[in-house]
This record gives sequence, C-alpha cells and structure tokens, in this order.
Amino acid sequence: MLFSLLLLAVCANVPAFAATGPVHAASALPWWAWPLMLFVVCFFLGIVAVPAGVGGGVLFVPIVGGFFPFHLDFVRGGGLMVALASALAASPGLLRLGLASLRLALPLSLLVAISQIIGAMIGLILPAALAQTSLGIIILGIVVLMLTAKKADVPSIQKADPLSAALRINGIFHDTAHNQDIEWIVHRTPMALLVFVFIGVLAGMFGLGAGWANVPSLNLLMGVPLKVAAGSSSLILSMTSSAAWVYINEGAILPIIVVPSVIGMMMGAMIGVRLLRVVKASVIRKMVIAMLLFAGLRALLKGLGIWM
Amino acid sequence: MPENIKYSSPEQLRYARIMSIGVKIGFSLLVISFTLYMTGVLKPLVPVDQVSHYWSLSAAEYAKATGTPTGWGWVKDVVKGDIFNYVGIVVLAAVSIVSSLAVLPLFARQGERALLIISILLILVLLVSASNILH
Repeated sequence: MLFSLLLLAVCANVPAFAATGPVHAASALPWWAWPLMLFVVCFFLGIVAVPAGVGGGVLFVPIVGGFFPFHLDFVRGGGLMVALASALAASPGLLRLGLASLRLALPLSLLVAISQIIGAMIGLILPAALAQTSLGIIILGIVVLMLTAKKADVPSIQKADPLSAALRINGIFHDTAHNQDIEWIVHRTPMALLVFVFIGVLAGMFGLGAGWANVPSLNLLMGVPLKVAAGSSSLILSMTSSAAWVYINEGAILPIIVVPSVIGMMMGAMIGVRLLRVVKASVIRKMVIAMLLFAGLRALLKGLGIWM
Repeated sequence: MPENIKYSSPEQLRYARIMSIGVKIGFSLLVISFTLYMTGVLKPLVPVDQVSHYWSLSAAEYAKATGTPTGWGWVKDVVKGDIFNYVGIVVLAAVSIVSSLAVLPLFARQGERALLIISILLILVLLVSASNILH
C-alpha cells in the first residue's frame, strides 16, 4: 500500500502533476489517473491470478489493452514484464521445494525462448486492429480451454520416453495434502517440444505469458503432476525473457506503464496467496473466466471497430 | 525457505539462489528508480506530464516523436528519470541469463553433457535477443 500512497501523494503535491496538467485527448482524466488506476487494477488482478492458477499477463493484456488508452505495443510489453516479474518472484521458492524442475524446464525453455523471439517480431509489425482482433480470438480460445481442460493431480505414467530418460527428466516432491513423497517421470517429450514452440510464438506475439497453455501441456500431455506442472510453468516463464528483450529493444516498454503494473501485481499476488487458503479456488477461477470472456469480447469488438 | 536436498538437486538450488538475489536487486531498483522519476528528483527525457500525449502511438512512433532511444541507446541517457527505470527492468530480464551461467560448472562437473549444451544454447539465445542484433 505504501507504493500506492506514494503515487497518490506525488500526483497530488507536485505542481506539474496537479489536475491542471495535460489531459488525455480521449478522456476527461488527468494523465496521472491512468498509472494510478493501472496500479489498482493490477493489484486486483494479482489477487485473483494466483488462486485462479493463471499468470498475470493473460489477464493484463486484454483488460488493459481494452480499457486503457495505451497503444497495444506498450500493453504487450507491459504484459510480458508482468508475467516475467511474477514468475521470477515465485520460481526460487518452487525450485527449492522441488515443485519446479530445472531438468524439465531447460529443454522446453530453449524452444520457447527461440519461438518467443519470432512471435514478438511478428507482434510488433502487426497492424493494431489485426492484433486486437487476434488477441480477442486467442483470449476467447483460452476461455474455452479453461472451461474444458481436465486436470490430473498425479498422472499415471508407465514408462518414460527415450528422450526424457536420456535427459533424466524426473523428480520427487512432497504432497502436503496426502503427506507423502511422490516420484514422477514424463512421456511424449518430443510432441511436447513441438507444442511449446507454438505456445512460445503466441506468448511473444501477444505478451500473454503462457501459464494458461504451459500447465495443461505439462500435465495432460507429458504427465507431469499438477503441482510440479504449475511450478515448472512458472520456471519456464522466468527463464524465457527473450520476448521481453525484443520489446525492450524496440522501445515498447514504458516505465510509467510497466512499473505500477509490476508492483501492483506483485502486491496483489501476496494477498492472493493468503486468499487461496480461505476462498475456494473454483469460485475465483469462475470469476477469472468471466473476466477473460468480457475482456476477450472487448478486444475482438475493438479490433473489428464495433466497440471503440 | 529452507533448502531441501531431498527434493532439489544442487544445480537447482544454486539456480534458485542466484535467481532470488537477482530478483531482489531488480525489484529494489524498480521501486527506487520509479520514486526518483515520479518525484522529479531525476529530470526525465520526456516530461512525465507529457507522456500521455504519446502513449497511444505505436512503440516506433513514440520513439520517433519523443526522441527516446531504442536498443541499448538508453544507457547514455541513464541519468534521466524515465530512462533510469530501464536499469531495474533490464536486471529482471537478465536474471535468467546469470542464473543459467551459474549452473554451467555443476553440469560440466557431473558430466551432464546434454543439459550443459542446452543451457549454453539457452544463454546464447537470450544474449542474441538482448543484444538487439535481430533488429
């Protein structure tokens, strides 16, 4: 909360920041209201993102892109930084607990990093309307995926595939719910590598992060236990900053957008972790699906010029 | 959080340790630089009350209209309030490169040739994307 107070105090007291300052052409709001609102919105997104099991980026891009006056280039750049920062904050703890696997993440991250560069370069040359329309379609696709994807807490794998066996992709973690150690192996690694190339292109193109696709791919395709899949997804996000570098180098990272977003999301996520203990994750998940549905429709209609 | 060798390998623990340090440095820099930017202690390249005139432009148009450097050009203007924020952003983006570098000696010592090569390739890909060669 200190950060929001600082932002508010600065905006209210510094003469150049007073309400008499420049007003955005498309709204009656003074300029400083936007980063302040961005901080507040990201704080709430951070609260629901953790219990819903999605990264911040997938909520950030359609919502901020749909309702804030920033160009989609800056929104996607912000989305990538939000996703990266959230993943970076979570990954060290997950690695220490064995809930994220470096051996599993490394080969997948290599392909994601390469494909993200391609996606980011495509994304930055796409016309804004086409990018908005495509974003809307992708977000609505994610809604369908979230509604229909099944989950397997600990999939039963009979035999590891030769590639994962050669790379010794396996592990052990402690399941606190059942108070037992669970050993895991994976299968279908070559197919998963192909899927992750596709995920990387989409993530780079739209600045979405990729937790929404990583977790089902790791869990349902490779047979990684759900908790390790969620942790390793976060690790893959934190290891693949290649798209963020492309956006930084192209000047698509605006500090006035990125910093309030990252800090708001991080503070919200701290609350979200606590919320997870008292609120049913399924309730939050339904709320997030509703938010994504609304934001996806907004992006689609904005891109088509129907709802500007 | 206690380190647990039962559930984590030595390279995983080292990766986590380096990443954790990098994240703390990056976040601290972000908060400090943004405070200096918002309070006007460091004069920005683009006045903070003028950014809203340009943020609806594309990234390329914004850079052209405001004279904001692209690529690594920001380094020469790092004392400007808005540009100084890039230090924390770049630290966060570089954390995975440093963490991957830190585990290379462990993979080499254990004879994990495949993971060693994959890690080196990942570092190279991230360095290429950071270098702006692809621009």
